Amino acid sequence: MVKQETLATVQSLSADKYKYGFETDVQSDVAPKGLNENIIRFISNQKKEPEWLLNFRLKAYAKWKTMSEPHWAKVNYDPIDYQDLYYYAAPKKQEDSKKLEDVDPKILETYEKLGIPLNEQKVLAGVVAVDAIFDSVSVATTYKAKLAEKGIIFCSMGEAVQKYPDLVKKYLGTVVPYTDNFFAALNSAVFSDGSFVFIPKGVRCPMELSSYFRINARNAGQFERTLIVCEEDAYVSYLEGCTAPQRDENQLHAAIVEIVVLDRAEVKYSTVQNWYPGDKDGKGGIYNFVTKRGICHNDAKLSWTQVETGSAITWKYPSCILKGDNSVGEFYSVALTNNYQQADTGTKMIHLGKNTKSTIVSKGISAGFSNQTYRGLVKMAPNADGARNFSKCDSLLIGSNCGAHTVPVQENANRNAVIEHEATTSKISDEQLFYAMQRGLSENEAVSLIVNGFCKEVMQHLPMEFAIEAGRLIGISLEGSVG
Amino acid sequence: MKNLLEIKNLNACVGEKQILKDFSFEIEPGKVYAIMGPNGSGKSTLSNVIAGNPVYSVTSGKMLFKGKDLSKMTPDVRANEGIFLGFQYPIEIPGISYAQFLKQALTSKMKYLGQKPLDAVAYIKRLKVRAQALGVTDEMLKRPVNVGFSGGEKKRMETLQMAFLEPDFCILDEMDSGLDVDALKIVADGVNLMREENRSFLLITHYERLLDLIEPDVIYIMVDGHIVEKGDKSLARKLEENGYADYK
Repeated sequence: MVKQETLATVQSLSADKYKYGFETDVQSDVAPKGLNENIIRFISNQKKEPEWLLNFRLKAYAKWKTMSEPHWAKVNYDPIDYQDLYYYAAPKKQEDSKKLEDVDPKILETYEKLGIPLNEQKVLAGVVAVDAIFDSVSVATTYKAKLAEKGIIFCSMGEAVQKYPDLVKKYLGTVVPYTDNFFAALNSAVFSDGSFVFIPKGVRCPMELSSYFRINARNAGQFERTLIVCEEDAYVSYLEGCTAPQRDENQLHAAIVEIVVLDRAEVKYSTVQNWYPGDKDGKGGIYNFVTKRGICHNDAKLSWTQVETGSAITWKYPSCILKGDNSVGEFYSVALTNNYQQADTGTKMIHLGKNTKSTIVSKGISAGFSNQTYRGLVKMAPNADGARNFSKCDSLLIGSNCGAHTVPVQENANRNAVIEHEATTSKISDEQLFYAMQRGLSENEAVSLIVNGFCKEVMQHLPMEFAIEAGRLIGISLEGSVG
Repeated sequence: MKNLLEIKNLNACVGEKQILKDFSFEIEPGKVYAIMGPNGSGKSTLSNVIAGNPVYSVTSGKMLFKGKDLSKMTPDVRANEGIFLGFQYPIEIPGISYAQFLKQALTSKMKYLGQKPLDAVAYIKRLKVRAQALGVTDEMLKRPVNVGFSGGEKKRMETLQMAFLEPDFCILDEMDSGLDVDALKIVADGVNLMREENRSFLLITHYERLLDLIEPDVIYIMVDGHIVEKGDKSLARKLEENGYADYK
């Protein structure tokens, strides 16, 4: 099996070379294992953070110490020793240059199947740095210039703290306060990096912003913190992750994504999560505990689309607070678990404003010995006159050793608000498989086709190219799951 | 002439129940065959066993297609070798359009045969020509496979798939059930258009009326899991008058 030389390596080697404004000024150093105030001061100091941010971290840490790990999700794992983890490691330089031939052929095969161009394969495999591909006249620079022209900020959180401290201070922790939950408190105390996006009033971001082109620090993935602010009448579509398998030696990941959508603005946030899921016997794999939430002001719209195929454990509920009147929240999700993966995922739609609308479409696919739960909350506040929610949760089972569960919670405190919920559970039938195979499709192709058909309602909300890759990814993740 | 398909002393069951009993027959290239028989005689089982439906298990006997042993082939390999089964009850695949489904089917077949898959333009052209001949509209091609199609439309789409994939051996399992005269005519015309030197058909039917529209070269009568008589078209007329009483 491949070690950590995939994306992590790319992240490390590109960190101090990346010319396009995403560099971090982190010095090479590693903090000892464990978590205490000194470690937090160390992190903050390394990042040359202002006093207020250090205080934010320290308050979060103090809160975290009083909290206990939540266990209401339907996932099982061995206890995590939080004092046995590293919370800070600066990026390292790449030691030896490698050749594509040295990379595990299995990984390359996966890239091939995903249709990732050769140049990008090299980056992902750590053979060349990002800047070797996206050089001077590259996408990244043109893209940077174009964004700057419109006043759009797209940079690492570390850079944002240095360059735009007022903006960060104004919005950080306003959607997900550090008191929110155990993992949010942990993230707030130790977050390493992530993305910062700011779209000024009335600006329509001319391209999809992708975190993939903003790969920087080696450990950015571990306690990532992303903040997106979309001002009045602005629009942005943001893509997180990529379909290529991502490995990381850090088992625990606890990210936060906060999104502020001001009046009449619109944000589309799409994720493809393909972290290492562990082997077929359930050994290893990433624990992914994520808090994602956005707040919508008057007439604003926030749309979450996610395709989750990775991680050993997924704990994730991208949510919308529909604070403003007429605001709209959407959640489109495909969660696929195979082997011994466990996923507990869903959304919260909190309707506070009048005539707010939300749509939830969740498609869960379980194969192997995996288990997954859709967990959702739709809440209509007393003032949410005329609010509406429509939820649809479909589960597809492959084989008879997996499980699918649906836990939709509805709280309606307004007589004029309407909540609708539909749920189905189905299996890939032997008849469907035989029918498709009788037309010449192999068993894997048939399963992939049927599952992609099942997910179509969600996939069509992904940006076109992403959707095609995600479709292939679903097929690959299910290979050999039948028979 | 060498046989396209040859079945010898085949025994097959579903679960514990034996359905095909010492079944033997031959299919020559370029001919149209009909199998007739009372309900429960094993006609549908036969078509499923030839296509490799894993629900049925073959306990003994031999099936050779183009001289190759079918028993070692999975259903997709049999399909790509040229066996097509038109289903009595076509199966729904929600979310996948017919156009998408047929593209993948054709790509799989061409890959199997070591040919370069058609590009998008050539593919659409081939699909449209075949679709028009059967009165299948663009709108129908965009609909998900068999979802929301009427009984007649489903059979027409089965015929389209057959015309599109150009198999060497086409089994049509009760294509006539649930079809009115006009719908039946469309399907029959589709089959007749495809008749050619190297392609054979096996029609499974209860009724003579299909055989008026598609004239068979050979009729097999199947009772209780095996062939009891082989004859020409006149056999069908005889059956229509006397039923299967003579064979019991």
